[in-house]
Amino acid sequence: MILAKTGNEAIAYAMKQINPDVVAAYPITPSTEIVQIFSSYVADGEVDTEFVPVESEHSAMSACIAAAASGARAMTATSAQGLALMHEMLFIASGLRLPIVLCVVNRALSAPLNIHCDHTDSLASRDSGWIQIFCEDAQEAYDTTICAIKIAEKSFLPVMVTIDGFIISHCMQRIEVLSDEEVKSFIGEYKPNYNLLDVENPITLGPACLPDSFFEHKRAQAEGMNQALRYIEEVFKEYKERFNRELFILEEYHTKDAEVGILCMGSTSGTAKIAVDNLRGKGYQVGLFKLRVFRPIAVSYLQRSLKNLKILGILERMEGLSAFGGPLFNEVRSVLYDEPERPIIISYVYGLGGREITPEEIEEVFLELLSLKNKKRENIEKFRYINVR
Amino acid sequence: MSNTGNANEESKKECLIISWKDLTCGALVRDLKRIKENKTGTWRSLKPIWNKEKCVNCYRCWMFCPDGAVIIENDRVVGINYDYCKGCGICAKECPKKVQAIIMEREEK
Repeated sequence: MILAKTGNEAIAYAMKQINPDVVAAYPITPSTEIVQIFSSYVADGEVDTEFVPVESEHSAMSACIAAAASGARAMTATSAQGLALMHEMLFIASGLRLPIVLCVVNRALSAPLNIHCDHTDSLASRDSGWIQIFCEDAQEAYDTTICAIKIAEKSFLPVMVTIDGFIISHCMQRIEVLSDEEVKSFIGEYKPNYNLLDVENPITLGPACLPDSFFEHKRAQAEGMNQALRYIEEVFKEYKERFNRELFILEEYHTKDAEVGILCMGSTSGTAKIAVDNLRGKGYQVGLFKLRVFRPIAVSYLQRSLKNLKILGILERMEGLSAFGGPLFNEVRSVLYDEPERPIIISYVYGLGGREITPEEIEEVFLELLSLKNKKRENIEKFRYINVR
Repeated sequence: MSNTGNANEESKKECLIISWKDLTCGALVRDLKRIKENKTGTWRSLKPIWNKEKCVNCYRCWMFCPDGAVIIENDRVVGINYDYCKGCGICAKECPKKVQAIIMEREEK
């Protein structure tokens, strides 16, 4: 079926078809609509979900944790300050290995106050032990939300699915949706690892682990993330086989013969595809890499795809405030460190607080990269900005 | 789940953790016997002293004890389990004022 849906509506629709046991949420711009629409589904009896309108995002994640620990499928959505307020509970969800799915509508973190898109909120949660999958558009958000349930439940890791605030969350697009039955059969019955409410089989959850055992628990959790890419691959593969829709871990656009590439995440990849088309039309060999999975970092994919480039521009929608670039730049650069031949890598910070980025600006970046590709890497300024006055 | 431990294997083990590979997923404890071995009473700085003569068996101490450390046998309070009592003093506080069957004393180490 083909529908016209905004990014938020697409995610809410996916949630309806998933029919989770518990949704606990607190509204925040620009993710509000997801839970607002979902609460209508609850009120209209279209889902069986227990909807918990809590008093804060900290409580939203806490309620999801309790629900998931009790063997329920739990979901929520948030943005920016809401995700920051959840921060403490994010680590508890992942440490208890609870397969919660959280839809993050990316928005800049205050201060100064801003409600528009950048990736600071989810990237600032990068070390919380959650899988993070960035989406380009409403279609990808719909498909990825459904897959996220399965990825979380296979890996026993919580998953964040992200879309760009307003750009995707509030933009109406054509999407193809599956039938309710197809979604139901794809995600299947949830088989929880444990159930805190099972009085016949009592357990202790969240025990104190002091210096004699905490380290081992973290090492085991790290192994969960080490294995996670395999589960993402499995679920994406099955999704393609069943519904003929391909989801990528690292999508490549005209990269086969490219010496010059740009890597980015989220909606900007759509803009960059237009820039690639325009430059290809003029005979430039340029290509785009759209990174979808930021956690776990897709090491093998990045190494295989990027090592033969001459120069790579990383478009980062976050100012890392590290005096050495943001997390996307640093991690991709680090992944390529062991390659004997590796591209020059330049960080381009763009689009903070919803600053628009155009195909023309991305074409300029490509042309700049082309002019730099034969220079000595030590002479090139690595940290650049797009459209900052 | 690979490399993150098997619950059944884990529950057979009596010994302390050897390797991260032996752990249950999510720091879960299925084997409650191991919890019993972890005697949390060593944290105590104050100790409840229960007086059999004064006790009226109202069970308020038993109901409020957060660690289940009040021992009941044949429907009567018979004492405090000092292996797990953390010395929080809730039992002494909840014991009716007219009864005062539990008082807190400084723990001798």
